[in-house]
Amino acid sequence: MDLKELYQDIIVEHGKSPRNFGKCNGHNHEAKGHNPLCGDQVQVYLKLNDNKKVENLTFEGSGCAISMASTSIMTELIKGKSSLSAKNIINAFLNMIKSGSELKTNDLNEDQKIKIMSLSGVKQYPMRVKCATLAWHTLISAIDGKKVEINTEVIDK
Amino acid sequence: MNIENIKSQFPIFKKKINGKPLVYLDSSNSSQKPMSVINRLNDFYKNEFSNIGRSIHSLSVNATNKYEETRVSIKNFINASSKDEIIFTKNATESINLVASTFGQQNIKKGDEILITELEHHSNYVPWNYLRESKGAVIKFAPINDDGDLIISEFEKLITSKTKIVAVTHLSNVTGTIVPVKEIIDIAHKKNIPVLVDGCQSAPHIKIDVKDLDCDFYAISCHKVYGPTGIGVLYGKKKWLEKLPPYIGGGGMIQEVKKDRISYAPLPEKYEAGTMPTAEVVAFNESIKFMQSIGIENLVNHERELTNYALEKLKTINSVKIIGNPKNKAGVISFTIKGVHPHDIATILDEDGVAIRAGHHCCQILHQRLNLTATARASFGIYNTKEDIDILCGAIENCRKVFDLK
Repeated sequence: MDLKELYQDIIVEHGKSPRNFGKCNGHNHEAKGHNPLCGDQVQVYLKLNDNKKVENLTFEGSGCAISMASTSIMTELIKGKSSLSAKNIINAFLNMIKSGSELKTNDLNEDQKIKIMSLSGVKQYPMRVKCATLAWHTLISAIDGKKVEINTEVIDK
Repeated sequence: MNIENIKSQFPIFKKKINGKPLVYLDSSNSSQKPMSVINRLNDFYKNEFSNIGRSIHSLSVNATNKYEETRVSIKNFINASSKDEIIFTKNATESINLVASTFGQQNIKKGDEILITELEHHSNYVPWNYLRESKGAVIKFAPINDDGDLIISEFEKLITSKTKIVAVTHLSNVTGTIVPVKEIIDIAHKKNIPVLVDGCQSAPHIKIDVKDLDCDFYAISCHKVYGPTGIGVLYGKKKWLEKLPPYIGGGGMIQEVKKDRISYAPLPEKYEAGTMPTAEVVAFNESIKFMQSIGIENLVNHERELTNYALEKLKTINSVKIIGNPKNKAGVISFTIKGVHPHDIATILDEDGVAIRAGHHCCQILHQRLNLTATARASFGIYNTKEDIDILCGAIENCRKVFDLK
């Protein structure tokens, strides 16, 4: 295992200075996620317009570099997508991290794919997978308008 | 004392982790096992195995004798009055659950108070919570100061006429605080309140004398004392263990079984229902022999020297913060690095073969008290050396490099 693959510059940088951090104005969806094993917390704020397009997506929370960077990158990539593409991207990401499959999605351009692939090193560290996936599960919950808090101990079994 | 010689008795240290020699700094979680313990498990299964107590054949008699020899060794190790005061359990958690359940059943009613501390591991809180849920008991937490020391005067104030039991750790698994349990027991006993001591962390690291402490119950986890997993010990004063109801029911703990009534076996069998982890108990005798071959004083001195060395070195690293500064501290050092989450620290240290623990260490109450969500923890055993600390510090520097810390 190569540490550099996990802690790529982009991860460290996003971990230190996460994008889209804070509550956004006019959000109409939100959801909470929690990893009780390590205490990571995330709350995503989503503004979906009448055409089900993600107009804005921000988050608040605390956690390790992997979880902060993963959430930050997620908000960058999902903003502006339709809720359908958003879900496709989320599923492609979760499949890549959890089952190690290739990233399969037509909803991201090449630059965006490179960005999301920077998180793929996590799959070699089974104990850290939940750090990377928490926010993405939480975003599904926000899009679907579910009220239940996402708990990694329940969803990632 | 030659640590290299001691270390060579632990076969795990021949193993490489990520191509590096293993630097094991997670002994508070569980200790590694010396060859004598591993061999004893193997030998017992190979040449001596039988269930204990129930059969007349030679193998069973021998197995029973060996099992009881461990009980006597533990009795001597902690200076109990009688071997009947030594109960084998699954782990220290079960030992505490046994007391909470049986003592609670007999002595706790709605509004009664259980006094614990902010330092407790979840295993010395959750079992008491059952009594809060089932009986309406009240759980009070004696506070600590910012150094991680229990504030004795506040503890004393929390004792009321409703306090039915005190449960306190002997040694914090986060701050390394050695709690003055003798003083606490004196205070509680003056008001006729029994005290349970969670000795999970203390048993492998400081001398234990239950007679001198005068504690009513003492819980030990054998896998932290260089022994096998699957066994724990509950020491209980005979007067309590005789008076309290049985815990788990089944074979081995009965005296007479009739359709209309059952009478229970005397101590210690009363609390050892079903087939026990025989081989593990037998092998644990080797763990005690191992500790005795080193000598508790030597062990304490070595770990103290190591702890002082580590504290001095860690303090020189920028952005490292040590959690707590207790008056009396054992070989447990929790720390944070500003700008690096403990889980990232643990992953990066592992790359250098350094095994530490990261998280809340089953002490969420303590972490909330200290305004922390998680910490990194290095904890020592008899096999650790100053070189291990140097490697730890080097790995922390590597961590700082990955995160480009100034």
